[in-house]
Order: sequence, then structure tokens, then C-alpha cells
Amino acid sequence: MSLVAPFRDEGTARRLLAEIARTVTRPWRIMEVCGGQTHALVRSGIDRLLPPGIEMLHGPGCPVCVTPVETIDRALAIARRREVTFCSFGDMLRVPGTDGDLLGVKARGGDVRMVASPLDALDLAARLPDREVVFFAIGFETTAPATAIAARLTRSRGVRNLSFLVAHVLVPPALQAIVRSAGTRVDAFLAAGHVCSVTGWHRYRDLATRFGVPIVIAGFEPVDLLEAIRRAVVQLEAGRHEAENAYPRAVSETGNALAQEAIAEVFEPCDREWRGIGTIPASGWRFTAAYRDIDAVTRFPAPALPSARLTVCRSGEVLVGALRPDACPAFGRECTPRTPLGATMVSGEGACAAYWHAGRARP
Amino acid sequence: MSGTARHDADASPRTDAGGCPLPHHDREVVTLAHGGGGALTRDLIETVFLPALGNPVLLRREDAGIVEIASEVARGGRLAVSTDCHVVQPLVFPGGSIGELAVHGTVNDLVMVGAAPRFLTAGFVIEEGLPITMLSGLVARMGAAARAAGVAVVAGDTKVVERGRGDGLAIVTTGIGIVPGGIALGAAGVRAGDAVIVSGTLGDHGMAVMSVRESLGFEADLVSDSAPLHELVAALLAACPATRMLRDPTRGGLAAALNEIATAARVGIEIDEAALPVRPVVAAACEMLGLDPLTVANEGKVVAVVPAESAADALATLRAHPLGRAAVRIGRVVPDHPGVVSLATRVGGGRIVPLPIGADLPRIC
Repeated sequence: MSLVAPFRDEGTARRLLAEIARTVTRPWRIMEVCGGQTHALVRSGIDRLLPPGIEMLHGPGCPVCVTPVETIDRALAIARRREVTFCSFGDMLRVPGTDGDLLGVKARGGDVRMVASPLDALDLAARLPDREVVFFAIGFETTAPATAIAARLTRSRGVRNLSFLVAHVLVPPALQAIVRSAGTRVDAFLAAGHVCSVTGWHRYRDLATRFGVPIVIAGFEPVDLLEAIRRAVVQLEAGRHEAENAYPRAVSETGNALAQEAIAEVFEPCDREWRGIGTIPASGWRFTAAYRDIDAVTRFPAPALPSARLTVCRSGEVLVGALRPDACPAFGRECTPRTPLGATMVSGEGACAAYWHAGRARP
Repeated sequence: MSGTARHDADASPRTDAGGCPLPHHDREVVTLAHGGGGALTRDLIETVFLPALGNPVLLRREDAGIVEIASEVARGGRLAVSTDCHVVQPLVFPGGSIGELAVHGTVNDLVMVGAAPRFLTAGFVIEEGLPITMLSGLVARMGAAARAAGVAVVAGDTKVVERGRGDGLAIVTTGIGIVPGGIALGAAGVRAGDAVIVSGTLGDHGMAVMSVRESLGFEADLVSDSAPLHELVAALLAACPATRMLRDPTRGGLAAALNEIATAARVGIEIDEAALPVRPVVAAACEMLGLDPLTVANEGKVVAVVPAESAADALATLRAHPLGRAAVRIGRVVPDHPGVVSLATRVGGGRIVPLPIGADLPRIC
């Protein structure tokens, strides 16, 4: 924790806030991409300490939130099978599909387990040789390497009773979709530090140029976020739009070579639907042909069922920064973490849940 | 132990022919027959329960235990009664087990209203297949915890459920304590300006259990804080008789306890993030799993609301006891925002601490 303490220091935070206030001359809209950053901003109250001209928009970086209903419905259908032991990260368990959620399947007798890593699913498959173990592989570039490594081990160990329902997504195509969408004006991005620790940040240089917006690689502690906001504001005020790394203690130019190698071997890019946003070209990963036999979709084929569209929930707008959570008419009324209408209210990284847990619901 | 079984056998464990003092069925498991009320049930009572929990009242084996409280009542004492169901997975965790929890949970509930805990009843729902040695160990831990907390188990019952229909073991305990005359803790006494104190570090129990939970286990030096608070609170009430209200921040953690106080007393509570005592290893484990130490369970902590002018005395008294070494003032009662708990963040921001909704789910990354 002493490692983290300087990044939560009140004096440093106040100094950065003062510097931002001195620098800013015009209103700017800055989007933090990752849900973990949204959570940190709201928990520490930083977004309300910033000078009035600076508005923080909350981005799509909540993997649970952007997983489409069709995929969750497929997960529910697989988890209901008698022979299946279905493994998922904790915050996916309560995300509603068309007909309930994974916790509901568990309550009705399905074998649904919460795991912290795909490697736990691999262990479970070894311990339960008579069960078909399925891992729900969601997440951005951060969790994809672990899925890739688990897939490789599944292959190299000859494990026959483990498969993966893959819903991995990538950050850069989503940023592009937001920049090009009509509804949102984003002046600068704070890029997701942990994603960049895997991919490296070199590719964001090109994106900053193409988009014409500053992209600052940001960490997750209050001081990390304030420093990244300060750098974004300095660029904006100077009319520059470059990528810069404000999280050098975790992010390098080229990233984690081992992780990238595992991903490249196991996955290939594919078009993917994002919940609330729509299909974004080349924004997801799927298994390469060599790994398709451990794809749960192949192993448990099912006709695509019609999935319900949730009409009240406006999480799509929240995910692209077009709607602030507390501006949604359902927020804190019909929609609370107890009765979530959309995934952004379920996940700890969802912007709506972040607002609710910080007590921003209207009384 | 149906009611209290009528049988006058010796309460010590049987010894095998070889003179081994261990129960004679150490490779055996609990079966449905152990719950049938016959000889096997009696066996279980005599070899497992009575040796660990026996006391003169229990050993009389009446259908109900009869206890004396006349002298306390004559001095103006009132009965406090509390009941608590205990389930935990795994049954044994770093720093405790379901045996200690079953005592501490109920004892501490009594202590929070100012009662001196005296008696417990215990109901055991056992899943078929639980090894008898394991049951013995857990009941022995429970007996030791009861003696340490100064309570006697005066009645009990066991039931056995089919394999797959229980979770190993569930223990329901009801506690009876005496609130001495003159003590009236409660929300009605809470005033704006009062100090809010917590007796030690937050989140230790919940994270210790999570660290050994199947499929989520991780290695860390985490230990449950499960402990009986009767001595600590008795010392506090003696040193600080004006203490307004006590809560033990168990399920739902400090966030739930403070929200309950704010709601019941119709006051606001303000706490300071920088003052919250959280062990670094607990904070790190919480961050890893995306959990908030404020909502994680404690089993050996008390939240006390005391008049501001008594805060220093209260803290000194708590810190003088081994269970209160890390006691600290975390905030204050305010007249604004009744029913709401607010938190001043370390970096100078603010947020509200809502009542937790359900169990927190660990986050993805």
C-alpha cells in the first residue's frame, strides 16, 4: 500500500486541481475510457472538485456492460444444461439477459460458479472430469491474455471437458466509434492504463492524430487521474492532440510481449456487437480456426433466439458518454443495483452503479 | 440433544479398548441415522456435544434448561434475547470457524444492547456425510468460545439432513443476557455532535473467509477478527456511562451499521476516509477483488456513538483492551442530512455511503 499512498495524497491532489484550474480557459469534455477510472473518480469525488468548465464523460470501458444480450442469453442457455459447470467472473452473474441472469440459473439448480481467472476453470475441469466446464470469457485486452493462456493449456494438456464462450472486446475500435458518432462530442480521452499495459501505448499515437483529440494514458488512483486530466487540459488549451503516457509505472511503449504473443496465437479480430452501441467492425476477438473446437458456441450449438431489447434502459447512451447516469429518468427509481434495468447498473465498473454507490441517487 | 436428552451417562468421551481418549468413530461420518433420535443420536450427544458443551444445567438433561436469574432481576436487570443463524463456507477459516462464530455472533448482539451474556441455546443442522471428527472439532471450538465469553449452553438440538441438502453444518444460537438496571443504550440517545468510534480494523473477517473460499482462494495473511466483545464493551460502558448507542458491523460492514444508526436515530453521520482503519493486506485484497472494505463483514468490532466530550476517555478505554488496540474516532453525528452517511474522501472530495444492497460480487479486473 505504501506503493499506492503517494497517488492518494491529498496535498498532491490539491496542487494538481489548482494547476488544472489555472490552465483551463474554456469548457472541455474529457472521457475516461475505463469503468475502473469512472469508479475511482466518483468514489473520490474528483469529478466534482474539477473546475466547472471541465466535464468528465464516462466511457464504454466496462466489459460486463457492453456484452450484448444475445451473448448473455447464450450463456444462460448453456449454464442451464445439466452436464455443464458454468464459470464466470463475479460481476457477470447478475447482468440481466432476456430471461433472468446467471444467479437465477444457479438458484434454479444450474451449476454456476464464480471464478477469478480462466485458470480456475481449467483446474475445475481437471477436478470434475465428468462435467462439461464452460468459461465465460469476457473483458478487454486486460483479461484476454489469461483466456488465451488457458486455451493454450487446454490444448497442450489435452483437456477435453473445457470450452470457452468468448466475448472479448478491444478498446481502440470503440474509441473510434465514439469519435465518429454524432451524439457525443469528446475533446480528449483518458485511455485505460491497464489495457495499455498489455498492448503498449505506441498505437495510440496514430489514433490521436487520426481522431484529432489528445489521448492521455491514465492510471486509476486519484493523483493518476488528476495528472492525466491536467495533461489533457494542457494539450487542449495549446491546440495539440497527441498521445502521452501519464501512467509510466505500469505502461510501456510496446507493452507485454508474452501476453500479445498468446493473444495472437489464439485469437483473431472479428466484428462484435456492443450492448447499447451496436456492431463495431473488428472490435472483438474470436478463436482462430485451430482453437474453434474449444469454443462453447461450437460445442453447444443453439439457434439464435430472439432477444428482448430493453426499452426503458438507456445504458447505450451512458456507455458512449451521451447521457450522464443521473440524468437518466430511470436512475435511482426503477433502476437500482437491486433491480438493474441494464448492465451499467450491475457491474462495479458500470457508470450507473458507480453513481449509485457514491450516493448520487436522488432521494 | 433433543431438548436436553434424558440420560445420565458420564459426560466425558468414551474410551476405546486401547484407552484412546479420542472419540471411537474418528473415521466415521454423520449419517441420517444419527438424527433418528435413537441410540446413535444419544451416542453423538454423549461423545461429541456433552464433552464440549456440558455444564450443570445441560447435564441435567431435562426437556428445557432451567436457569437462575432472580438476583439480577431483583437488582433491576432486564432480559435481553437475541438469535442468530450461522452458515459459513468453508466451515474453518483463518482465525476461526463456524463454532466460534456461532458463539461470538450471538454474544456480540447481546453485548450491543448493553447486556451481560449469560446463556445460549444451540441448534445444529448437520449434513449427512460430515466427518464426525470434524463435527467434534467444531463443537469443541464452540465450547471453548462459550467458556471464554462466559456463557453456558443450556439447551440444544440436532437434526441431520440428507447429503446435498445442507452445507456441512449450520448452527443456530439464541442468547440470553441481562441488561443491568440503569443501562439504556439506543438510537433515542444519539445527538448531533456526538463522536463515532470504531474499535479496530475493518473487513478482516469477510476477507479472511473469502481468501479461502473455493475457486476464489488467494494467498494472503488474512485472519478473521471473530471475538467476543463482552469485556471490551463492559469496560467502555464503565468508563463512559453516557455512551449513546452500539452496533456490531457484521454483514454489510461499517456501511450497513452506520446507515442503521443514522436511520434509527434520524441523524446524519459524517466519516473521514483517511481515519478509517483498514489493514494494508485487507485493503489490497479488497482492491484486487473490487470490494469496498466499508461493506465487508467484521465479527469482533463495535461501532460506538459517544458524547464528543467522552470520546477521549472512550478511546483510551478501548485501546487499553487487546480487542480495542486500534480503536479510532472515524467521524461525527451531524444535524444535516438525517438518515444519510457521508464520507469525506482523502483527496478532499465527498460522497455518500449507501446501505449495501446484497452481497458484493468480486469484479472482473
